[in-house]
Amino acid sequence: MTKTKMRLVVIGNGMAGIRTIEELLKMSADEFDITVFGAEPQPNYNRILLSPVLSGEMKFQDTVLNDWRWYEENHITLHTGKTVTKIDRVRCTVETDDGIVAPYDRLLIATGSNPIMLPVPGINLPGVLGYRSIADVEKMLAAARPGKRAVVIGGGLLGLEAANGLSLRGMDVSVVHLCEWPMERQLDKVGGGLLKEALEKRGLKFYLSRQTDAILGEGAVTGLRFKDGEEIVADLVVMSAGIRPNIALAKSAGIHCERGIVVSDTMQTYDPKIYSVGECVQHRGQTYGLVAPLFEQAKVAANHLARYGRMRYEGSSVSTKLKVTGIDLFSAGDFNPVAGDDELLLQDAARGVYKKLVLRDNKLRGAVMYGDTVDGPWYFQMMRDGTDVSEMREHLLFGQTHLGDSGHGAKAGVMSMPDTAEICGCNGVCKGTIVNAIIDKKLFTLDEVRAHTKASASCGSCTGLVEAILANTLGGDYSAKPSKKPICGCTEYAHQDMYKTIRERSLKTIPEVMQALEWKTTDGCHVCRPALNYYLLAAWPGEYVDDSRSRFINERVHANIQKDGTYSVIPRIWGGVTSPAELRSIAEIAERHQVPTVHITGGQRIGLYGITKENLPKMWAELVEAGFVSGHAYGKSLRTVKTCVGSEWCRFGTQDSTGLGIKVEQMTWGSWTPHKFKIAVSGCPRNCAEATIKDFGVVCVDSGYELHVGGNGGVKVRVTDFLCKVASEAEVLEYCGAFMQLYREDAHYLDRTAPWIERVGLPYIKRHIVDDAEGRAELYARFLKSQQYSQDDPWRERAQGKDAHEYTALATIA
Amino acid sequence: MNRTRIGKLEDIPRQGSRIVNTEHGEIAVFRTVGDQVFALNNRCPHKGGPLAQGIVHGQRVTCPLHSWVIDLASGAAVAPDSGCAHRYDVLVEDGVLFLDPESRECKA
Repeated sequence: MTKTKMRLVVIGNGMAGIRTIEELLKMSADEFDITVFGAEPQPNYNRILLSPVLSGEMKFQDTVLNDWRWYEENHITLHTGKTVTKIDRVRCTVETDDGIVAPYDRLLIATGSNPIMLPVPGINLPGVLGYRSIADVEKMLAAARPGKRAVVIGGGLLGLEAANGLSLRGMDVSVVHLCEWPMERQLDKVGGGLLKEALEKRGLKFYLSRQTDAILGEGAVTGLRFKDGEEIVADLVVMSAGIRPNIALAKSAGIHCERGIVVSDTMQTYDPKIYSVGECVQHRGQTYGLVAPLFEQAKVAANHLARYGRMRYEGSSVSTKLKVTGIDLFSAGDFNPVAGDDELLLQDAARGVYKKLVLRDNKLRGAVMYGDTVDGPWYFQMMRDGTDVSEMREHLLFGQTHLGDSGHGAKAGVMSMPDTAEICGCNGVCKGTIVNAIIDKKLFTLDEVRAHTKASASCGSCTGLVEAILANTLGGDYSAKPSKKPICGCTEYAHQDMYKTIRERSLKTIPEVMQALEWKTTDGCHVCRPALNYYLLAAWPGEYVDDSRSRFINERVHANIQKDGTYSVIPRIWGGVTSPAELRSIAEIAERHQVPTVHITGGQRIGLYGITKENLPKMWAELVEAGFVSGHAYGKSLRTVKTCVGSEWCRFGTQDSTGLGIKVEQMTWGSWTPHKFKIAVSGCPRNCAEATIKDFGVVCVDSGYELHVGGNGGVKVRVTDFLCKVASEAEVLEYCGAFMQLYREDAHYLDRTAPWIERVGLPYIKRHIVDDAEGRAELYARFLKSQQYSQDDPWRERAQGKDAHEYTALATIA
Repeated sequence: MNRTRIGKLEDIPRQGSRIVNTEHGEIAVFRTVGDQVFALNNRCPHKGGPLAQGIVHGQRVTCPLHSWVIDLASGAAVAPDSGCAHRYDVLVEDGVLFLDPESRECKA
């Protein structure tokens, strides 16, 4: 029996409608017969890039997202240049102006928006244009002549981009705006003033606080008259006074509309067979004009059309960038403080830098930045995460990069960098390569840029710069990914859902999790499987059987893979204290195995490099024999406890830091954590063990022990936050275990403690570890319980034959 | 096909891989979660990473060095990366694995 396919009709051949089809094809390629109606004659193009086409920086061809062939290859019937004039909801058909009738089982309305044309006399004169489509741009270009005068009505984002484009085409351009400063929805008065000055320097002229009374001319536009009577000359008038959802068709079909077509969280209209996405919809009272929310909507709509029926669209928060080459500005959230809000300001007129942050209840509510916007994405992230910023308030304005980022120093002002500037130091990717990839490969998200260019795909320290380039290249319509992001393409579930769901639904194995949570792949991928394995291990200590097939190679074979496929072996040296006998054994073993490199590690241990895999169990057997255990230098686990010699030797030492370090290491070794975990104990505030850049650091003082958390000495140097002071070694152990357990239960897999604390905020940690004695004791007890099952030395087990197949070839054939 | 017996299916764990040493170098033999068997040259087309050490998922393996994803059936790198780890014919009969070490080809 042949299955009849469902018929899906899409009204609107723009970015939102076609993105929905793309998402749908990814999920169920064969379920639908798809027909698309587009009023414009072109295939789907990138409307964000109209401004560069207008300014001459790009050609229309470069903006095409889906060429004709794409429609053919996916068996999509495409009608371009056809306007749908009727939806018959009883017969389930749509009709076009020239009589095509198409029946549907599901209908998707993606009719976008129209420019608002002000109801003033002369609006219909030739030479008065909107700014919404490539046709508008072509008309503008036809009218643009060097020396001729253009007037843009509307000093918003699009209006300024149009004005800039026409000015680059040699026209003499004026901007008329109702408010006191341009872009008042994105900028406050000061920021708007800076922007105006910068644009004036480029030759734009501003008429602010002006209202247009009439457009003048007979037969063609010749000028403009304001309400106050002043008249200015114009050969071209561009209306850019905003956009309005295009709902006429939906309304005529009796579909419930307010400002836009009203949709639910599943992107359905009041008629359940009819979905709607894009600028034409109104969701929870909001309409959206930026691309990222539309893509989120597309994903949800496709999910329901494909009858997965699981995702919900819960609205988006948006940030804005202006795409005018050479001008850096960023804005997000509510940046106009109300009573009770705090305002943090930084203004440096000489450098042309202005930053304003608005705080409410210790959380970031809004940000306006001009001149230096590199920290925009960081502020935006904290805004969406609701991070408590009280502890970093004094540094907040200076941004994240005031601390040493390795790899790219403190580069700011990404748009002023030349194309040859190296952005990603790990993978050697320069700015020009990223910009070209964004345009040529039609990339919209950070993940896509990472996949195609590898920029920021390794250590991630240049993520902010890559985001800034993405934002500036895509311009005003950029907004970052939602904060709650699926773990990987196999699932819709995010990291924050995982630990809780596993506990609450009592899921005990990876296949159980995948089945219960409807994984889209049979057995996951290299991203989700290690994450699930970790969450299960943390959730069910002693019960869950570790799945070695879901471990990254280093954790599977308990050694660290090197570039040539050999491994490093680093035995544990408790608290960094060793002895001649231990050193002698290591030396003898290294000699016997002809170890090419012996290296002193940064964590006070000795690393043996260049060991072949077959040789690992043999070498471990000898190390175990000499009394060593695995140093876990390869794992998302406790690495080292670094110490100084403390009161035992040092004339400044206040406590026995070495002895305490060994106790801490003996308690914590072998534990698995979301990412690697480093500890140090310093004997006095001179801090020779560098405890204040560790995940958990102890600084001994005369009266006790200062505890510090969330430090990091790697990619992004971060000094610890001070947690509290305790009086005894027993308390140090309890707080340390409790903190590690909170991290184990709460952080996302692959989060170091530093980003985790920045996300949840230090007050959250203090509440659980310092203020709540009972909760702390429970955390500590859970940590100790889980340690009972994780302190079997993996090297001893493997030296005795466990997983032998990992270390031997299957066969050798001549 | 030149059939060389290399071992039994059960010698390779599900979602795992073992190496066969040959005069042309190492060949990685993979077993998927659904017991399908594939063989590739044990060198990632990117920087020569040992594919046999990667995580096997579906009909793919992720290289342990820089996470390139390689299609097991064709040996081709999954987009947007491109390149080819050469593939070999391998089959299972009554639980016994046979490899043709001369069948190296690029299907990317």
